[in-house]
Amino acid sequence: MNMIVTPASPATPNGTTRPQVRIVIVGHVDHGKSTLVGRLLHETGSLPDGKLEMLKAVSARRGMPFEWSFLLDALQTERDQGITIDTTQIRFRTNSRDIVLIDAPGHAEFLRNMITGASQADGAVLIIDALEGVRDQTRRHGYLLHLLGVKQVAVVVNKMDRVDFSADRFKEISDEISAHLNGLGVKPTAVIPISARDGDGVAERTDRIGWYKGPTVVEALDQLEPARPLEALALRLPVQAIYKFDDRRIVAGRIESGSLIAGDEIVIMPAGKIAKIKSVESWPVTPVAGRQGAGRSVGITLDRELFIERGDIVAHAGSAPRETRRLRARIFWLHDRPLAKGDQLLVRCGPKESRATVVAIEKAVDPGELSSSENKAIGRNHVGEIDISLSNSIATDPYTENPRTGRLVIEVSGRIAGGGLVLSVDAGQRAVPVDIVPVESALRPDERSARYRHNGAVVWLTGLPASGKSTLAKALERRLFTNGGLPILLDGDTLRAGLNSDLGFSTADRSENIRRLAEVATHLARNGHIAIVAAVSPARQDRATARRIADTTFREIHVATPAEVCEERDPKGHYKKARAGALASFTGIGNDYEVPQAAELVIDTSARTVTEAADEIERMLKATGVLFDEVVDLAANI
Amino acid sequence: MDHLDQLEAQSIYIFREAFARLKKIALLWSLGKDSNVMIWLARKAFFGKMPFPALHVDTGKKFPEMYRFRDHYGKEWDLDLRVEPCPPIDAVDPTLPPAARSAARKTEGLKMALGKFGFDGLIAGIRRDEEATRAKERVFSPRGLEGNWDVRDQPPEFWDHFNASPPQGAHLRIHPILHWTEADIWAYTKRENIPIIPLYLSQNGKRYRSLGDQDITNPVASTASSIDEILIELEQTKVPERAGRALDHETEDAFERLRVAGYL
Repeated sequence: MNMIVTPASPATPNGTTRPQVRIVIVGHVDHGKSTLVGRLLHETGSLPDGKLEMLKAVSARRGMPFEWSFLLDALQTERDQGITIDTTQIRFRTNSRDIVLIDAPGHAEFLRNMITGASQADGAVLIIDALEGVRDQTRRHGYLLHLLGVKQVAVVVNKMDRVDFSADRFKEISDEISAHLNGLGVKPTAVIPISARDGDGVAERTDRIGWYKGPTVVEALDQLEPARPLEALALRLPVQAIYKFDDRRIVAGRIESGSLIAGDEIVIMPAGKIAKIKSVESWPVTPVAGRQGAGRSVGITLDRELFIERGDIVAHAGSAPRETRRLRARIFWLHDRPLAKGDQLLVRCGPKESRATVVAIEKAVDPGELSSSENKAIGRNHVGEIDISLSNSIATDPYTENPRTGRLVIEVSGRIAGGGLVLSVDAGQRAVPVDIVPVESALRPDERSARYRHNGAVVWLTGLPASGKSTLAKALERRLFTNGGLPILLDGDTLRAGLNSDLGFSTADRSENIRRLAEVATHLARNGHIAIVAAVSPARQDRATARRIADTTFREIHVATPAEVCEERDPKGHYKKARAGALASFTGIGNDYEVPQAAELVIDTSARTVTEAADEIERMLKATGVLFDEVVDLAANI
Repeated sequence: MDHLDQLEAQSIYIFREAFARLKKIALLWSLGKDSNVMIWLARKAFFGKMPFPALHVDTGKKFPEMYRFRDHYGKEWDLDLRVEPCPPIDAVDPTLPPAARSAARKTEGLKMALGKFGFDGLIAGIRRDEEATRAKERVFSPRGLEGNWDVRDQPPEFWDHFNASPPQGAHLRIHPILHWTEADIWAYTKRENIPIIPLYLSQNGKRYRSLGDQDITNPVASTASSIDEILIELEQTKVPERAGRALDHETEDAFERLRVAGYL
């Protein structure tokens, strides 16, 4: 089992840090992988003292000519005996890079080992025997690289001595493998003719391959780009726990990417709550000053009390991860029972866990046979692409944007059964990803606001059933229209009759109902309307989602009429039905309405008239920049 | 971040995962250099307070210096210290060689403590570089109902995702310093100024590399009388860390048998 501990940045004598590149070497079993590894270690001066002599002695004892492959075999034996973890990664240096070679040996367990190690590789070397040419397994390994998202692949055509260093044979193989890789979306960075046994083309360009003008293997490795350092990516701090051991309330977790410092404005996903980092706490010295970067296990305190859960992700506002209940992943499967459509799973993305359902299996491939299975189930040690729907919202990134947060594992019966990479996240319920290019309006926001004398806004009225939301909303609509504005009423029940008719009243469906309301309202607001939403929207998290979608246009009004007054009014007879037990999932009786804590306005309709309440809303809209007091130079804008 | 920073951050991550995902955990404190580093890391992970007990499964045969250390730092570090005794030697498998049999008392004592407190997770300070069977360990290592370890059926563990659902009545061993080496432990002890038991430092040309029970632990030849000298010695020595541990050398599989049965 590999546990990849990122090695410390190796420093050069003059104090600069050499880039480190992780590569995996793959290829058919007899095509010379071990020999190339031995040769590379030798030619870069990376073999420990005495190793070469030991190999000579081992070869002599067996009555064989010198055999490089015994080097790797010896290391494998060491690993089988479990000496240390370091032997699973072989290190050597080129002129400008430190190379960490991730060994991916074995056939039966190939997938498990390769995925674990090579999913973190920055590049790969694919080796092909010049005599045998491109074999099935060569293509399989190419496919696996594609699966793992390894885009930089240097191809070496080995054993050129066996084809008399024929440039024609080399070109034939080069064309074939390039076409195959290109078909997978992988562009070879180089195709290099070599003889690993004799050293041609490994570190030196010998006369025998004098016709070849490209880089040697060592030069090709020297050109591989290290993965973007995690610190250069956007901040991702998945929350492991909230600790309250003393008067501090500490949000603890490991910075997976990016960096943070006290004073940063942050957003907590998926809920989208905003706060500022008050301090970075530590022990024995606290607080710690200075910027904390990727890899650090930290604890932060915030400038406000927010409900935060294990699995939430702290990010910087403006570069937050996507929130989703639906994603597509490329996975490998290790469990005895094949994974099938409809299966219920537990998915973990960092510390976040969510129940999930497999909605679709798009590809199911045996990487050994490279054949898609007909039954669309993913068998043990097979790979595939799946769509999953999650029972909770999670915050995640596609792995191409963030390799740390863009991966997941799947648990079955409390045991890890598979894992994979997040290909894409889907905020809606779309089954098939399509290219979307939003079309911008022909009008500028200021042109609209000049005409209507207000900015676009989402005025969100939340409160118990019969608290007076719709009555207020209609009064406000009439008032704004009379003044020449462009209001529009979005009533929760009305939209449920059409747009949201597919949704029920489960927690998940209620969330989705609110999300759609917020999306529609926000679209209208961006196009100059004042969208007045009247919806119970009992869940704080759902309203937080709405606020995040509508962003600065959002104005929340809590219609805080006392519950007993609401029940007494009961214009739709809902309370009565609910009391009689005939209305399941009714908000109002019971305690499932979560009172807003930071609404822009709170109105109790039992204490004032509709007109007074509308006045109050109008004042709030003026005070917060939605309505203009007077016409400002209309002519300049029309 | 330097090498020690990275080790520290990784161990803290593991501590926090164990605390978040298991119901009732304890840290096994053997009073040695590794478990002292663990307690230090736990206090870092939880901002000064280790929020679970330190469990010392006591054979009664430790060195007096170790008991003094336990009593002093148990208080100074504000630990919830639980000292649990081991059963007498007669209660242990008589087919084991003498030193292994003596050590196996600890396994039995551990099982009794598990039964008494109902821990579902035990944090243990083993390291991969110490010994071959430990190198095969997972970070979160499931144990059977008898505390036994099934080396042939270990769950996959990658990307710092750990299996943390022990079957009813069974427990997990959590290994937050599995990826450290002996030299890392000393370098970190020095950097953080963690107190140590003086037996680790050379006196009269000998010192203890590893501290176990008095009757089955021997010092090795060494002139290292400070941590700096220990670090230099470790760079040069070819003597394995557990050379002074009698039970490792009795029969080829003595240690493996102990570990499969639930020994650390």
